[in-house]
Amino acid sequence: MAGAEIEQLVHLLAKLPGLGPRSARRATLHLLKRKEALLVPLSRAVAAALENVRVCSSCGNLDTQEPCAICADARRDATVLCVIEGVADLWAVERTGAFKGRYHVLGGVLSALDGVGPEDLSVDALVRRCSGTGVREAILAMSATVDGQTTAHYVIERLKATGVAATRLAHGVPVGGELDYLDDGTLTAALKARRPA
Amino acid sequence: MDWTDDAIVLSARKHGESSAIVQLLTAERGRHVGLVRGGAGRAQRGTLQPGNLVRAHWQARLEDHLGGYRCELVRATAAAIFEDRSRLAALSSACAVTEAALPEREPHGNIHADTCALLAALEAADEGAALAAYVRWEISLLADLGFGLDLTRCGATGSEENLIYVSPRTGRAVSAAAGEPYKDRLLRLPGFLLIADEAPVRSELAAGLLLSGHFLDSHVLAPHGRTLPPARLRLLDRLSADS
Repeated sequence: MAGAEIEQLVHLLAKLPGLGPRSARRATLHLLKRKEALLVPLSRAVAAALENVRVCSSCGNLDTQEPCAICADARRDATVLCVIEGVADLWAVERTGAFKGRYHVLGGVLSALDGVGPEDLSVDALVRRCSGTGVREAILAMSATVDGQTTAHYVIERLKATGVAATRLAHGVPVGGELDYLDDGTLTAALKARRPA
Repeated sequence: MDWTDDAIVLSARKHGESSAIVQLLTAERGRHVGLVRGGAGRAQRGTLQPGNLVRAHWQARLEDHLGGYRCELVRATAAAIFEDRSRLAALSSACAVTEAALPEREPHGNIHADTCALLAALEAADEGAALAAYVRWEISLLADLGFGLDLTRCGATGSEENLIYVSPRTGRAVSAAAGEPYKDRLLRLPGFLLIADEAPVRSELAAGLLLSGHFLDSHVLAPHGRTLPPARLRLLDRLSADS
């Protein structure tokens, strides 16, 4: 069998999303075969990330600077906040290039199953950001799930006192989606959210 | 071993990377748990939202195994009420209470039927009627579990008039006159639980939740070391705040 260092590497890689023990062994072998081209830069990148990446104290994004590049960018609209569950959602919205405001990462959704209550989310920080800081609108970009929408309703309730307008993402037919192949839930939501043509 | 049954999704907990452990309230087999392969993935997550009606096929090598489900969506209740906070809170609460209160794999056909009726009311009825249906559902759940409340006559005098309290110990109604000396210790009996067509106000609904919540907590959950689930507490908070 392989040495302890290799076993440790396989063991740790197998903990990554999308990798099981078998694919972790393949990745380990691939890294060891291409030490200079992959293993060394990867270990340096991991060390640099460990050293430099931190959570933005303003929005909860991950970045190497404080505040993060989005919060520090004066060209972005500081009066509109997009409230999202996690950093992966922030990256998804950023990929669209359609949003030019700032973000607030909640850090999850209310979930009785996972024991996540309001105190585990950064809702208080959001309310503070929206209180007397010039924010006009908070866009609640939560998942279209029971937990996601329950969280959205909770945040709307908490934002009422700040006077900030709370808006939500529409639910409906995706671009390229054919009605015949859509699930009943999406079609129901799309019909309820129909708008004048 | 395999069977197919109509069911209501109570919860889906992610298991591993893409599977989910799903709790269903089935029509013939009560609360039943199983594994859905790919249940946490994009294709099936919508189907496995709490409150959705599904046609479930369960398969396992032995009867007492966890087994695997294949679920086909019949009605997407959750998506229909996403926009309404009170209905969504009631839906989450109903699923959480059912999960906490029912023993596993014990048939409760009445509770399944009552819960289907509740989901239909949450979708279709106006908000007051939908929330009143929720309170009545909790009281019928108590009755199905053997802790039925007697709201037809006064437990002390036998009178059928002026019933405005419930004894927190016996679950029997108490009339205004008989309950007057003990009113601080009695639970309030909201009028909509006595008159089917009465449209309740928020304070009445909150009183109804306090009433059913007391018996759910003390008779059903506490003996198993459980408490009312957070979703149920949030529903009461919502109605109490608005009343």
